[in-house]
Amino acid sequence: MRYAMAIDTKKCVGCSDCVVACQTENDVPIGYCRDWVVEVMDGTYPQLEMELRSERCNHCENSPCVRCCPTGASHYSEGGAVLVTKNECIGCSACITSCPYDARFVHPEGYVDKCTFCLHRVKNGMQPACVAVCPTKCMYFGDLDDPRSEVSQVLKKRKYKTLIPEAGTKPHLYFLI
Amino acid sequence: MKSRRQFIKISSLSAAGLIFGGGLLESFANNLVKENKSYFKGPFDFKRTPTYCEVCFWKCAGWVYKDDNGRIKKIVGNDLDPNCNGRFCPRGTGGVGMYYDEDRLKTPLIRTEERGKQTYREASWDEAFEYIASKMKQIKKEYGPESTALFTHGSGGKYFGTLLKAFGSNNIAAPSYAQCRGPREVAFISTFGQGINSPENTDIRDTKCLVLIGSHLGENMHNGQVQEMSDAIDKGATIITVDPRFSTVAGKSKHWLPIKPATDNALLLAWMNVLINEELYDKEYVKKYTFGFEQLKDHVQRYTPEWAYGVTTIKPQQIRETAREMANAAPAVIVHPGRHVTWYGDDTQRLRAVAILNALLGSWGRRGGFYNPEKAEVTHHKLPAFPKPKKNWRDAMGGKYNLADLALASGVCDASIPSPDMDYAVKAWIVNGTNLINTLPDQQKTIKAIQALDLIVVVDTMPMEITGYADVVLPECTYLERYDALRISQGRVPSIALRMPAVDPLYNTKPAYWMAKELAKKLDLQDYFPFETIEEELDWELKQVGTSLEEMQRIGVKRLEREFDDLYFADGENVEFNTNTGKIELYSTALEEEGFDPMPVYTPHPEPAEGFYRLIYGRAPMHTFSRTANNPNLTDLMDENSCWVNPKVAKEWDLSNGQYVHLENQDGVISEFPIKVRVTERIRFDSIYMVHGFGHADKRMKRCFGKGVSDTQMITNVMTDPIMGGTGMRGNFVTFRTDIKKSEV
Repeated sequence: MRYAMAIDTKKCVGCSDCVVACQTENDVPIGYCRDWVVEVMDGTYPQLEMELRSERCNHCENSPCVRCCPTGASHYSEGGAVLVTKNECIGCSACITSCPYDARFVHPEGYVDKCTFCLHRVKNGMQPACVAVCPTKCMYFGDLDDPRSEVSQVLKKRKYKTLIPEAGTKPHLYFLI
Repeated sequence: MKSRRQFIKISSLSAAGLIFGGGLLESFANNLVKENKSYFKGPFDFKRTPTYCEVCFWKCAGWVYKDDNGRIKKIVGNDLDPNCNGRFCPRGTGGVGMYYDEDRLKTPLIRTEERGKQTYREASWDEAFEYIASKMKQIKKEYGPESTALFTHGSGGKYFGTLLKAFGSNNIAAPSYAQCRGPREVAFISTFGQGINSPENTDIRDTKCLVLIGSHLGENMHNGQVQEMSDAIDKGATIITVDPRFSTVAGKSKHWLPIKPATDNALLLAWMNVLINEELYDKEYVKKYTFGFEQLKDHVQRYTPEWAYGVTTIKPQQIRETAREMANAAPAVIVHPGRHVTWYGDDTQRLRAVAILNALLGSWGRRGGFYNPEKAEVTHHKLPAFPKPKKNWRDAMGGKYNLADLALASGVCDASIPSPDMDYAVKAWIVNGTNLINTLPDQQKTIKAIQALDLIVVVDTMPMEITGYADVVLPECTYLERYDALRISQGRVPSIALRMPAVDPLYNTKPAYWMAKELAKKLDLQDYFPFETIEEELDWELKQVGTSLEEMQRIGVKRLEREFDDLYFADGENVEFNTNTGKIELYSTALEEEGFDPMPVYTPHPEPAEGFYRLIYGRAPMHTFSRTANNPNLTDLMDENSCWVNPKVAKEWDLSNGQYVHLENQDGVISEFPIKVRVTERIRFDSIYMVHGFGHADKRMKRCFGKGVSDTQMITNVMTDPIMGGTGMRGNFVTFRTDIKKSEV
């Protein structure tokens, strides 16, 4: 099982609903976030192009954060989701430095925090909070090993890209373009 | 003469010593809620309660979940709800912040004078009601009951509305009409005999071509419409966006037409010209359903694409190409009527042009165009007859705005400014859930009207600017802590939704229905509030539609059966439209009767002087008006607005990204606070853009005080729509004042 997420940049309106939904679902303190929205502009007036993407931890297959963690707090969990075990984390921030996607932060309680793919929901047959709330339904989540999963289906049909592929991290976040 | 109302900026409240109204405390203990574990099989077995959102007017229905300690944790959409399909927008998701905002109003306040300085003192509910009732009785004696008015933009409006009508006044106005969608309603009623209403009857889900004129769906999170636009994108629909700004949706459009602001009518007329002259219009539909085609054909001959190019800066080829694109998609095409349309004072005529285009394309009553909505019908308990008011705000309008089908908030405001020509003036305002200072344009006029009042009562959850002018402030509990009237909605399927308290009200706050009923008792009007509790009233109403309060507490939303199978016109169906001619009026007989142009014309509007830029404002997806500016969850996403400036303009003024500047408008009004510059290619060089609802001046709102600029403060030139009194707000021009330091203003 390999969990992955595909985000349709053609549909995302950048409303940040995914950010608030994640905050309330996962008790992320105000002022911090596990996911965020990026706007990329190209061109000059009036020939313009814009891409909007909801970003979060890429749950990489080859994760520098897991490799560099001195205590083993950062680890691979179910479906390859990268998680941090709170009480094993010493807050050294080595993982934060190693992550090319800037997906981690130090929680005010002293441990490193990040997206969990909402595994607590997924295990119960629900979608991650960001996917479930998105008004544009621009996010797809599921198992890459299951060809019938929504994410496998949409990746078969659509053109996509990953972020910073040259880092060699094998990210599990796909952006439909 | 009584002393002027000073705007009370600094809270007089001490931290301790809340005074509770003796004997008036009601228990809102929520003992009706039943544990219902079957609905949520998550790791946290929450009790959930139904609500519908109060953060904006879309009123999506959802569920409030609490954690193990009984604290509100999250709000999510109700899958049964046609308004949201189980998905809330960021504001609805962040609605929890309204409850947790520590700057909320906490107890009733009465204006008082201490050593020459006005301040508020905490009062008991009974004292507050006594004060209001005695003032209202005095006003009734001196001026008649018609001299009272209600401004409302919230669910409590129903109860205060009943109170006001029982008292003898029908001055009940929502700024959502004359400051927002009014021209659209009048235009569509005069064309199709039917308004658009809310949620809009646009069939975006199945459209093949969506044309947006200044409407920035996706930034305005009108939830159902944004969802359907996304569905339409999935299905390959073409989007055409007309906007001086490269909006989010412009980024998703096949055609972005960066029109010169204030020239939309020219483009719309040129589109008609192309559709008619290239014979692209729906001939059968036009022949069968419309009135005045020949007149329209003659009328638009002069509005060629070449002519429009000179006015709009949109190339003739692009005008033709987009017109053909619409015709190719017809009838599954929507020239979207927008929502906030009070721009230039000829807005009813612009929306008439939009309506006419839809008629030419045959999209009204067609799949992928506009469907025929059906509204849920819920019987309300019969009340004693209301006294008939002898006067109302219209008597102060000098016979104008007869086509306005609802009260004008700006009209009621004008009627509150005494004038020697009038024997009538409004003397008391009750303001519920609308921050009129940041809602009505021309703040000085609003303040002048307030100064002339004998009584102003503000009912709100937050210390918005308007509360600083109140004689009495009544703290409402948030929508998460109260019952309210049922949400009765229109749509493809009619539906009703229940809001019930998830938790007890914090502080000494109360729901509007309770306030209205208690006030009614003081005014001897209790017969108009026949139910002891709102639960009884809701249960009675729900039983009329075959459900009950108990059932609705479990399901939250009920979809009702459509009474008529008329979502779209059947092929060749004879349709009688509710207009003078019974047809879709391309040529409006109603407008002609009132002395207005029966067909829209292009009128040039003033342009910015050298060094000035047109002020364009809009929405951000995470905020609603000025209502959410202090919400901790939503300010976390966006805590100030910025001023969008084209790089060429920035270069001329030597402005850089992130720099703070003050703005000054054409009338010399300087913004109270500075605003952050955003240099971006996404805006024309003749305009600047900012998101509405920032620049709050009330220090009691700690998170948003002084953040950004209030566009409303800069809107001093109001272009009033002669047809229905809408207040056009886009005729204001600003320049940059880089010489002012923050402390100087």
